[in-house]
Amino acid sequence: MSPDAPFLAPQKPAALREDLRLVADMIMPGSRVLDLGCGDGELLYFLVHHKNVDGRGMELSQGGVNACVRNGLSVIQGDADNDLRDYPTQAFDYIVLSQTLQATRHPHEVLRHLVRIGRHAIVSFPNFGHWRMRLRLLKEGRMPRTPVLPHHWYDTPNIHLCTILDFIDLCDEESIVVERNVTLDEQGRAYRLDPRGRLANLLAAQGLFMLAGKENSH
Amino acid sequence: MTVFAPPPTVPGQPSIDASRAAPESERPGFRLTVAEPLPLDSGVALAPYTIAYQTYGTLNADRSNAILICHALTGDQYVAEPHPITGKPGWWDILVGPGKVLDTERYFLICTNVLGGCMGSSGPSEINPATGTPWNLSFPVITIADMVRAQKRLIDHLGIEQLFCVIGGSMGGMQTLQWASAYPERVFAAVPIATAARHSAQNIAFHEVGRQAIMADGNWCNGRYIERGVRPARGLAVARMAAHITYLSEPALHRKFGRNLQNRAAISFGFDADFQVENYLRHQGISFVERFDANSYLYITRACDYFDLAAEHGGVLANAFRGTKTRFCSISFTSDWLYPTAENREIVHALNAAAANVSFVEVETDKGHDAFLLDEPEFHATLRGFLDGCAEHRGLNRR
Repeated sequence: MSPDAPFLAPQKPAALREDLRLVADMIMPGSRVLDLGCGDGELLYFLVHHKNVDGRGMELSQGGVNACVRNGLSVIQGDADNDLRDYPTQAFDYIVLSQTLQATRHPHEVLRHLVRIGRHAIVSFPNFGHWRMRLRLLKEGRMPRTPVLPHHWYDTPNIHLCTILDFIDLCDEESIVVERNVTLDEQGRAYRLDPRGRLANLLAAQGLFMLAGKENSH
Repeated sequence: MTVFAPPPTVPGQPSIDASRAAPESERPGFRLTVAEPLPLDSGVALAPYTIAYQTYGTLNADRSNAILICHALTGDQYVAEPHPITGKPGWWDILVGPGKVLDTERYFLICTNVLGGCMGSSGPSEINPATGTPWNLSFPVITIADMVRAQKRLIDHLGIEQLFCVIGGSMGGMQTLQWASAYPERVFAAVPIATAARHSAQNIAFHEVGRQAIMADGNWCNGRYIERGVRPARGLAVARMAAHITYLSEPALHRKFGRNLQNRAAISFGFDADFQVENYLRHQGISFVERFDANSYLYITRACDYFDLAAEHGGVLANAFRGTKTRFCSISFTSDWLYPTAENREIVHALNAAAANVSFVEVETDKGHDAFLLDEPEFHATLRGFLDGCAEHRGLNRR
């Protein structure tokens, strides 16, 4: 975006990317939200302008941060591995970590921070158990590359990939309560499948979870 | 006592024509003299005292569009107009004016000369009303918090309940943080730029070099140079030269000067300014002494050195901002090694810990600390976006 870029036009709900719209639907109007890895602020802008949230963001790329601040959003440059420990407990109603967990160095520690800082944590990630991944590896014997995970093995930022079942196991180990879970197809639409089942782990391209610490769950 | 180099002179560089400078009584701007004592951190109560200030734009009917600009170490209240002594453009001319980021058609901008300064506010070169002679070193040592207390008296006087924004770079950023910490309900938005919540050992060290240069000048006369009719110009110029290096970056200096020679084809095997960078620094030193007072330099550098916002709050910086509703935007520059990004980020972390509303942008530039005074489109676009967002929340109408 050029420095002179105008304000983002206020977006209609339909304009939001499908998977982000599912996230937005989980968030109560007027709440306090921290969006980690907020990119250029698409979700945050929507939440601030259509759901009246007190929204904050964190983004690694300087270009993304600057674009957000230019658009009047409260965003800092930082990353989930290093910059969560300062936040006080229960500082936010929701923390959103969209498609970023697999790129963190210590996903389990990040998850602990999420459920500490937020009353609810909304986490989405690509499902490495998706049939397309399994088929690529089985048929070609090479690391899978898909529209969701387009990188080569050597240049990928995604260093901690997992399947939906792996993720649920980690939540159980960390005593993190899964409040809601949705599985999504490659277009980001929701499946009506039991997310804890083997079929969802095979068919879903993404998992979307709402989590809470044991003491916060209702 | 150390023997210092010969006086920095710049052949062919005329010094400022004093006859062009406006006499002190005719300088633009305003002065507020307060009789009620100002309690200082040192325990002294200062009374009466004067705050010289300048304003741009118009205060709106509900007095909600005021922005306080806090100037840096050697700045003053002439933000956006020719300087009354040097005739040079205002130090933030690039940001302040009609249609600019700090839009004078939208906001009412106020800048005060800091306490201890030398452009009309009470300071060591002003007359002590009790004695009828210049204060010199009998002026009480002041702190950043004292500067802000004095500014607050002015804001009270102007009837401004809440400043829309307090903004400043470097020492101006320290005042901004102090404002937000001491008077959170009076500050809707705060923009500390290229600054720190405390002065580092390195910062103090550089300031000490400057002070020693001044005090080593025989014309300093233990601070009583005004009565003796002399000025410690050499010492002050050397102080400025040393400080000026810290405002730049190695790449910026190299890009600007390299090893280029000054008006000569070969080195002179002497101690003239062979190199352009020497000539440049000498010029910076000389032009500075025309407009700045040496004792003010001592007092204001000391105020910076004493600044440690966390120390006043049990050693925890976050405690300085607990419960704040102020919206913050912290900005740093990649090549600033005087107040590096890490120091600015400490402020951001403290604000996070206080669950404050904060934005933070690090601007990529090779211009060093001085970048906050220069044409940096990314910085200006960020600031404009932040202020527009805040104006919307504050209910200030767009033009």
